[in-house]
Amino acid sequence: MTAHKRSGRETFWMVFTGITGVLILIGVYMSLIWAPTALNLPTVNEQLAQRVFYFHVSAGWVGYVAFGVTAVASVLYLIKRSRRFDNLAVSSAEIGVVFTAANLVSGSIWARPTWNTWWTWDDPRLTLAAIVLMVYIAYLMLRNAIDDPERKARLASIYGIVGFISVPLSFVSVRIWRTIHPAVIGTASASSQGGFDMSGNMVITLLFSIFTFSLLYFVLLHYRLCLEDQRVELEEYKMAVMADS
Amino acid sequence: MIAIEKLIKAFGRKPVLKGIDLSVPAGQSVALFGPNGAGKTTLIRIIAGLSKHTSGSVKLGGQEVQQAGHGLRRHIGFVSHNPLLYDSLTAEENLIFFGRLYEVPELSQRINVVLDRVGLLHRRKDLVRTFSRGMIQRLTIARSILHNPPILLLDEPDTGLDQQAADMLRGLLLDIGASDRTVLLTTHNLERGLEWADRALILNGGKIRYDSLTDNLTPAEFRQVYTDVVATVPTIGKEPASS
Amino acid sequence: MSYLSKVRAIVWKDVRAELRTKDILSSMLVFAGLTVLIFQFAFDLRASVIQLVLPGVLWIAITFAGVLGLNRSFVLEQDRGSMEGLLMAPMDRSAIYFGKLIGNLLFIFAVELVLLPLMTVLYNMSLLSPSILLVVFLGTIGYAAVGTLFAALSINTRAREVMLPILLFPVMIPVFVAGVQATARLLDGESLAEIARWVQLLLAYDGIFIAAAMILFDYVVEE
Repeated sequence: MTAHKRSGRETFWMVFTGITGVLILIGVYMSLIWAPTALNLPTVNEQLAQRVFYFHVSAGWVGYVAFGVTAVASVLYLIKRSRRFDNLAVSSAEIGVVFTAANLVSGSIWARPTWNTWWTWDDPRLTLAAIVLMVYIAYLMLRNAIDDPERKARLASIYGIVGFISVPLSFVSVRIWRTIHPAVIGTASASSQGGFDMSGNMVITLLFSIFTFSLLYFVLLHYRLCLEDQRVELEEYKMAVMADS
Repeated sequence: MIAIEKLIKAFGRKPVLKGIDLSVPAGQSVALFGPNGAGKTTLIRIIAGLSKHTSGSVKLGGQEVQQAGHGLRRHIGFVSHNPLLYDSLTAEENLIFFGRLYEVPELSQRINVVLDRVGLLHRRKDLVRTFSRGMIQRLTIARSILHNPPILLLDEPDTGLDQQAADMLRGLLLDIGASDRTVLLTTHNLERGLEWADRALILNGGKIRYDSLTDNLTPAEFRQVYTDVVATVPTIGKEPASS
Repeated sequence: MSYLSKVRAIVWKDVRAELRTKDILSSMLVFAGLTVLIFQFAFDLRASVIQLVLPGVLWIAITFAGVLGLNRSFVLEQDRGSMEGLLMAPMDRSAIYFGKLIGNLLFIFAVELVLLPLMTVLYNMSLLSPSILLVVFLGTIGYAAVGTLFAALSINTRAREVMLPILLFPVMIPVFVAGVQATARLLDGESLAEIARWVQLLLAYDGIFIAAAMILFDYVVEE
């Protein structure tokens, strides 16, 4: 098939990708079938929809981790000025945007039978996810609007840092804004607002799901980084050729 | 005063300056010639601290430009392609503003002196917006010498100047020689550059190809030299095998 | 202090030029007025009591008019190439940031000085209490602190003016939420002590972002 001999690194990533795929399938099985039904929820629809929870929380988790990685990589870029850190920042931000969007969509799916609405501004976490998504869409748009690679990396790093600092402040603001917070896991009053008690197998399923999503993050990050390396190299050659002619 | 060693500047993978070595003693005035795209402006901007170089060393008065604090910028006067003036302010207000940034002592007197020197004293209360191109260039030169800098970097200072203004600038530069000021200027006018400077450099293809004092150089000779240097070395592309 | 006198020189220069042309102030004022007018029509039929949405209208007017002013502050320097002159000056480059920040604040405050009495008269609600003025003051500082940094950043992009609100609005949401909520509650008769959490949030925002911008501005303007 491939003409060149695979390096150890490539083999590692192929195996790692395969294992991640299998684990995700197991995770899907656990979330949809193996995990017990949240019996305290009043309707069957709510009980079924609750199963998106594993997916929803994991996607949200990966989103925030990804944006955290972007912020750290941005700081490192400004200090070290190595293109690698900028590649890491943009790759992680893109993955974060995808997962945060997935988090919002799955949140909507869950909200529909539970709160009888696709969207509610009363849930601070949902609101925060929407704000954070906008911050990182702006981050990607900023990158898109700058041609020079050095300038792009530098200015995007600055925005990546400022944007990340704003997240906790936004969280505090929406938290004070809507002090009623539904869906708090495990508290007695929570069940009336769509919350539910977590049994042991539910916790295991959630942790496993977060684990597999984190693996998926690393797999995607790896391939996105390879792509970015090649894209940057191509860009530099293009610039050199254009400058020469 | 200006000491440059093994200076390399690349934009991405595209090298613009490919190893510049240049030493300018205090009080010397140097004219930098070269075709468009030779890297003259890049070199001046690096010396001014406006651009970062890729590798090598650039020192002004013994201090590395990129490492030195902002205090070093006080010693530089700079005329760039942009006038660096504000349209909605008067000539005097512009100089007051820059005088304050440079902490010029006895500012109002000094402003009168430099405005008089460039022949704009009678227009000092007028908005820069109403100035002609040549007057803007005069005011730009006034701004660059306002804080009496020991180093003067002039990137095509003669642009837009009529003959009279060019003579004025020449007078200024001759003053400068007397007051131990180091000058690096670029121009496309070979005769003028030769007349104004003690030393002539030709930059082409990212390297200094010619370096000579101007004392016993006639304009005709120099024109021949310039044509030869520019013709033998392609501005862009591969280095000739001989280098 | 020579640093402060240089900051003052930059403010003096910008204010002096602006008082002569009035380009920025007039466009900000007209835009703020138009915003109020547009919202009057937007809410007229549905919101039975227009006063209920007033805090939101106030903050939207400030935010939108503010973007105009913030944009101009660096676009003017960039267009005339005069930014180089500022960068060449012997001073820490954060002085440019603070000079521009104070100039922007003065312009936005000037607009608010017209906007608040205007809305007070139009809607018969007192927006001129010391508590509301404090909230507006703190919110404007945080907004301009981030806005000035991003204005310097967005002039280096292809889209320039279009880029600023896209970059700025998601990051300034804490200011907006706190501003609207605190204003509304004060109008409802709550005391400053009761909205202390919002004031604290605004103070934290102002402090954090002024500090961050001071450090990061150097990286924005380097080439």
